[in-house]
Amino acid sequence: MLLINCPFCKERNETEFVYGGPVGVDRPDPNAVADQEWVDFLTLVPNPTGPVFEKWWHARGCGEWFVICRDTVTHEILESPDEKS
Amino acid sequence: MRKYSVAAIVREALRYNAGWERAWRSPEPKKQYDAVIIGAGGHGLATAYYLGKNHGIKNVAIIEKGWLGGGNTGRNTTIIRSNYLQDSSAAIYEKARSLYETLSQELNYNVMFSPRGVMMLAQTEHEIRGYRRTAHANNLQGVETEFIDPKTVKKLCPIIELSGPRFPVLGALWQPRGGTARHDAVAWGYARACSDMGMDIIQKCEVTDILKSNGKVVGVETTKGVIKTHNLGIIVAGNSSILAEKAGFRLPIESVSLQALVSEPVKPCMDVVVMANTVHGYMSQSDKGEMVIGGGTDGFNNYTQRGSFHHIEETVRALIETFPIISRLKMLRQWGGVVDVTGDRSPIISKTPLEGCFINCGWGTGGFKAIPGSGWAMAETMANGSPSQLASAFSLDRFREGRFIDESVAAGVAH
Repeated sequence: MLLINCPFCKERNETEFVYGGPVGVDRPDPNAVADQEWVDFLTLVPNPTGPVFEKWWHARGCGEWFVICRDTVTHEILESPDEKS
Repeated sequence: MRKYSVAAIVREALRYNAGWERAWRSPEPKKQYDAVIIGAGGHGLATAYYLGKNHGIKNVAIIEKGWLGGGNTGRNTTIIRSNYLQDSSAAIYEKARSLYETLSQELNYNVMFSPRGVMMLAQTEHEIRGYRRTAHANNLQGVETEFIDPKTVKKLCPIIELSGPRFPVLGALWQPRGGTARHDAVAWGYARACSDMGMDIIQKCEVTDILKSNGKVVGVETTKGVIKTHNLGIIVAGNSSILAEKAGFRLPIESVSLQALVSEPVKPCMDVVVMANTVHGYMSQSDKGEMVIGGGTDGFNNYTQRGSFHHIEETVRALIETFPIISRLKMLRQWGGVVDVTGDRSPIISKTPLEGCFINCGWGTGGFKAIPGSGWAMAETMANGSPSQLASAFSLDRFREGRFIDESVAAGVAH
């Protein structure tokens, strides 16, 4: 189980949070980009072994959305959310 | 290869079992193969087997980073069923299920297929409607399933508690020809048959790079040197994204840990497989007597092969309400496997942007049941260079074209 560092509530139990998925690219304007780029935005997310930036929602807490950097192999949370978002 | 038979057992009994040979060879890799398959799990070995058997391609290497069948093939809960809603899924899973029926005879290796029946409990009104619909769809697809009432559920599985306060059993989708098989034996049986055809199974050999030239695959670089080939199959489940990146393309896959656990062995008390999807748990009894319990996936992507504790707690807590009899059972082991999940919860069997390179992945939380069908379809795709009929709906293009095979909400998959 993870201890996740919420920017407001500090370290809290994983069960208080809802996972929002890895951070992908920013949403492009669908009319301005090629089809492939739009499809890539819709379907592809980073799925590395090692550090990945991901969104979490402190749903059963303060309600804040934030980004953390977590190692997908060791579960280690590498940077504090403030440094990234 | 010596055949396994009653005569062989008698013969070996008379000479102190000294004559049994190794089930498969462990050779050093050759310089070049007609086809190379990365990943010696069930799907990889089945693909190699049908490449040799159905298409006559026998100069094949199967490369494995760890040991044979040590990934998700050795970590699943061994359930076999084919009661899917969509036609293309039902076709490939039913192909697999029907191949399982004669697999032991075909491979001359006892995979212990036990068609004991699988029931998926309906515990809400919505599930009743969903499963009735699936039963109708299955009848049209030629898959034998039926919707049964609570009384029949109790008759088939006496240890079940029908009137649980939170999760009453309102009926079930029953597939009498579903069941279980010995997961390791499936990998071992295919490996033995592949080795017998002259294929090389190379274990403890990690692929470090995929070699390309002019948009075509020309080989793989491994920890045991370069192996040349023009026909490459990537069948590595949870690690698909990593190898796809080496091959120069990306996949719509997320990897997540899925866990399972087994109890101490008890006397036979349950001769069917029961899945309870509302509470995300399923249970069957192994031949050793252990209750095999499948839990949920972790709430976030990871490659850890262990799984979060609170997911087990949720699964077991809910199962105890449906099976009060297990409340004092001690759990012996818990483990996790890294599963590769696609957006529509359906697999990918496809050509890739790299010519000569094929991929079979995305089986997510339910790949074991599909092993023979998946291998059959993947072998056909690799041998012909174009998708087989069974595999055509599962191409990578479907994500661009919006042809999703939507099983995640439709067919009561357990996750």
